[in-house]
Amino acid sequence: MDIMETIKEQVESNPILLYMKGSPNQPQCGFSARTVQALMACGERFAYVDVLSNPDIRANLPKYANWPTFPQLWVNGELVGGCDIVAEMAESGELETLVKEAAAAQQSA
Amino acid sequence: MPVQAQIESTLNEALAPTFLDVANESHMHSVPPNSETHFRVVAVSDAFAGQRKVARHQRIYGLLAEQLAGPVHALALQLYTPEEWREREEQVRPSPDCLGGSKAES
Repeated sequence: MDIMETIKEQVESNPILLYMKGSPNQPQCGFSARTVQALMACGERFAYVDVLSNPDIRANLPKYANWPTFPQLWVNGELVGGCDIVAEMAESGELETLVKEAAAAQQSA
Repeated sequence: MPVQAQIESTLNEALAPTFLDVANESHMHSVPPNSETHFRVVAVSDAFAGQRKVARHQRIYGLLAEQLAGPVHALALQLYTPEEWREREEQVRPSPDCLGGSKAES
């Protein structure tokens, strides 16, 4: 499958998806670590892709997303943002609301 | 021109910010001394009014596309309107500690 098709399929079939460096238990970058921590604090299941072990995704997702860096949080097929935006939304409580709604919609689907 | 100065002049020109702080945080990461790879930008501008956060960031990425395609590896952004900046009492969020990912990548 074309790499852009693969990315599209990933963001559309996973309601909460984090592209990051490393894994949630072993993040390889401080920005990914901060983001995954904020996401885990919401208490819902989420999918992740380690871009360090997926070089094709790492090379092409920035074009797909119009976003040059990692991590990237996607919810319901839309880019929510990187570390700075996720951290701000976590502070304000918006992140938990967004993530819980996405998880609830998935369960009832 | 050093990358830091390029970032400052590009953003000053495009956004007419009321506050702009461009910090080179490369020394916090596993790169050679005096590198210009990791930056944190705090910008306060009326230009962000009515724009969602993702759109604000994408605007900066567009303005700094050349630097991001070249030496700049990380660009932390905190972008506010003057009103939002007042509401958060001009507090900057510090960048996280490095976890050595760029070593793991090489």
